[in-house]
Amino acid sequence: MEYLLHPLTLVTFFPLLGVLVLLFLKPEQHNAHRWTALVASLINFGISIVLLAQFIGYESVQPGQLQMAINLPWIQVAGWNISYAMGVDGLSILLVLLTTFLTPISILSTWNAVETKVKDFMIFFLMLEVGMTGVFLAQDLFLFYVFWEFTLVPMYFLIGIWGGPERMYAAVKFFLYTMAGSLLMLLAILWLGIYQGTFSVPELIAQGGIPADIQMWLFLAFAAAFAIKVPMWPLHSWLPDAHVQAPTAGSVILAGVLLKMGTYGFIRFNIPLFPVAAVKAAPWMALLAVIGIIYGAAVSYYQRDIKKLVAYSSVSHLGFVMLGLFALNPQGIQGGILQMINHGLSTGALFLLVGMIYEQTHTRDFEVYGGLWKLMPVFGTLTLIVTLSSMGLPGLNGFVGEFTILLGAFGSEAIGSPWYAGLSAIGVILAAVYMLYMFQKIFLGPEGSIVEEVKKHGHALRDLNAREIITLLPILVLIFWIGLYPKPFFVLMAPTVDKLVAAVQAAAVAMH
Amino acid sequence: MTSTDLLSILPIITLVAWASILLLVDAFNRKNKWLTPLLAAVGFAVALGLSINQTTASYTGFNNMVAVDGFSAYLNVLFAFSGLAAIALAYDYNKRMNLARGEYYILLMFSVSGMMLMAAATDLIVVFLALELLSIPLYILAGFARPKLDSEEAALKYFLLGAFAGGFVVYGVALAFGATGSTALIDIVAAINAGTADMTLLLFGAALILVGFGFKVAAVPFQMWTPDVYQGSPTAVTAFMAVGAKAAGFAALLRLFVAALPTLYDDLFPIMWMLAALTMIFGNLVAISQSNIKRMLAYSSIAHAGYIFMALVTFGQSAIAPDAVAAALFYLVSYAVTNFGAWAVVIALEKAEGKGLELDDYAGLGSKYPALAAAMLVFMLSFTGVPPTLGFMGKFYLFRAVINGGFYWLSIVGVLTSLISAYYYLRVLVIMYMREGEPSVESSNLLNLTTGLTAIATVVLSIVSVPLFRWASQAVLQLF
Repeated sequence: MEYLLHPLTLVTFFPLLGVLVLLFLKPEQHNAHRWTALVASLINFGISIVLLAQFIGYESVQPGQLQMAINLPWIQVAGWNISYAMGVDGLSILLVLLTTFLTPISILSTWNAVETKVKDFMIFFLMLEVGMTGVFLAQDLFLFYVFWEFTLVPMYFLIGIWGGPERMYAAVKFFLYTMAGSLLMLLAILWLGIYQGTFSVPELIAQGGIPADIQMWLFLAFAAAFAIKVPMWPLHSWLPDAHVQAPTAGSVILAGVLLKMGTYGFIRFNIPLFPVAAVKAAPWMALLAVIGIIYGAAVSYYQRDIKKLVAYSSVSHLGFVMLGLFALNPQGIQGGILQMINHGLSTGALFLLVGMIYEQTHTRDFEVYGGLWKLMPVFGTLTLIVTLSSMGLPGLNGFVGEFTILLGAFGSEAIGSPWYAGLSAIGVILAAVYMLYMFQKIFLGPEGSIVEEVKKHGHALRDLNAREIITLLPILVLIFWIGLYPKPFFVLMAPTVDKLVAAVQAAAVAMH
Repeated sequence: MTSTDLLSILPIITLVAWASILLLVDAFNRKNKWLTPLLAAVGFAVALGLSINQTTASYTGFNNMVAVDGFSAYLNVLFAFSGLAAIALAYDYNKRMNLARGEYYILLMFSVSGMMLMAAATDLIVVFLALELLSIPLYILAGFARPKLDSEEAALKYFLLGAFAGGFVVYGVALAFGATGSTALIDIVAAINAGTADMTLLLFGAALILVGFGFKVAAVPFQMWTPDVYQGSPTAVTAFMAVGAKAAGFAALLRLFVAALPTLYDDLFPIMWMLAALTMIFGNLVAISQSNIKRMLAYSSIAHAGYIFMALVTFGQSAIAPDAVAAALFYLVSYAVTNFGAWAVVIALEKAEGKGLELDDYAGLGSKYPALAAAMLVFMLSFTGVPPTLGFMGKFYLFRAVINGGFYWLSIVGVLTSLISAYYYLRVLVIMYMREGEPSVESSNLLNLTTGLTAIATVVLSIVSVPLFRWASQAVLQLF
């Protein structure tokens, strides 16, 4: 009972209660399904806020530790040493909050968008939340892997059942790409379990002592799983398909949280478990990150499908995150973590906005848009704010993250050259170009043909309604908050990051 | 014959005797079609109880010809369950397909008794005897839907290739006898240790036995019969065959190579490595292009034989082999549970004249029959090895043994082929959930019960896998 009501177990598995309720509802009670899912996810957000308060309490006593750890023996037979081990630190808490924050928002966005099989949709959505939260809290490699793979199934269905015309192809591609990487990680996890004798992440880190050449192989196996998920260039090709075909809520969660599972994996596992390999690989990871930044930005510019543009911009933005992480210094990693949150908020909001206009026009080709500013002023204003946040305007959240990352990457010993940071700054400029180009095409200039097209169907374009504004408002608040006063976020993650950096530096010194 | 002898084959003799009585019962009772299956189920239940009772026993009977140990008890429980599952799958199906004849269940019992004997056999002659006892009823069962041509073809094909494989086994046994002067495993080991055995001859004998059982478990390149036989046989028989015959084949291989022939490790493991890798690659690659669910599951069963074969590759590493065998035993259970469940769904959709067996017939199942589709979802994920399912735990245990044995490349082949398998298992899900269609389902309570129980077991046993794995790892202890 003590374990069942433990805050970490609760925040992970609470959505299952919503699933249980949903199972007993009739298939045609669509509104009941929506409300059940929304309430369940809102309560879960409440639980995560309580968790945050408790975490801050513990953190003030022992900063930088894994707080509120659970460690319950699970598979302890024939040499296995697997536990139900969970714990939260400055990194996990932020990502758990991001998950529990974006889930109700995504559910709210489906109110009119998902009309068929609402019950199944909500069941899969809540199960996805369980998987994602579990990924961010698990402190045992086996448990982590179970959650990690578990997220695949609901997302696969969200894309495959409620997605666009090419949904089946996109869903299968998403599943197979991710699984390819995870299976290599599974072998590495098994290796660690066999030769290090435990699956517990804190124990493995404390124990250390993995020979340098083997570290490299294990690093690569873990990186395969995470690099596909991030996605890093050149493993990104599943992302545009998945994003374009996924329903709005699926895109929001995909961009907002699922991609962060990849970057999270790098910080949680690759860097601390294999520090020697991480230091060695840093310049290469930085190189791939920079290629991703510029490639993603350049390709975005040539997209005419709004969702595809946002999808490729994700490749670019997550390149920044990776650059920050592999700077392996406090600024770089802190910036990287903050940028993970920022990207979740900005890109999540962009997908929500795209979904809102798509519901009315049923096209995402922005060539047919134009002059919407006059017709939909609220929609226009909100889109402008989010666009500016995404391209990193000072005063909004994106700037803080990108600036800190560049600062970290410039001075990074591990990367070894300021050129990487210099080149990636091009990405910031390109981001302004393609983002503003899209904004201009949709909102400015003469009225696009779509306005007439919609009128032909008997109703004019309407501005955002109250529900849609409520959906977006929490994200906007955070966009301004992080942009103007990011200190609380940095304070939350600083002890965890400092500890990580100290451990990596110690390993790097030992290497020489 | 002493009482120990009798005790050692008690579950087997019970089944044989009970089946013989049922032959008479069935001959005089032509009206009540439910009686024979019911009595057969009682027989399996008794055999199941007797097998469970032997879990902690350890003795031999008939001058070391059979052994009662954890290994045989574990597998006998699996075989008895398979018998029960085969009845549950067949009862309504046979009525629907006009196959409701009592011999079906009696043949099933004879076959299961052969499988049980196989798990207990510690003498090569008994191994051969068990092989024939389990196979001959299966040949008949494969042709049970006569005069349907597919079914007759399946029976003939299975019989010819089975006889061929049997010939390999007999020849191998003869060579082993020539090399060591005995067919009892314990004497073979003694001869090897004393240095009186002709090792070259023994190696050839062992290789021939490996080939013979390679046919039985459908390992590549001895798999050619599998798709046609699986497709042509009545589906309930296919389900039973896919689990029982495979598990029995592996029972013989595991006991023979792990307990008696670890000295041949250096010569044989490269061959086994190749067999395992080829089986995984071929089975999974060819399954992709199948449009008939029976053929797809046939190739999938070939692929799964490859995964179990990985455990056998470590047979001579005394530190790792116990874990590897335990992992194989665990995998057999995970495979059996998932397999029976998946075949139960296939049976629910099958119509007369082989209709309803194309993958396209599953379109729309997700919205029309959500519970059945959800069960199939669980089975497909379990076959793929996605948590939280039994198939994932099975693979996890297996891959540990393989990595522990130092076979990194084999483990990489294993995971990459799992990825390939994800493609065709996912296709079933795509068709069920993402295409519209009007599937028609002929369900019955018994079938629904089987589907439901196996689906629940697939999920629950993966979360609470420790008792089963502990049982499997204790079961192998007496082998060494």
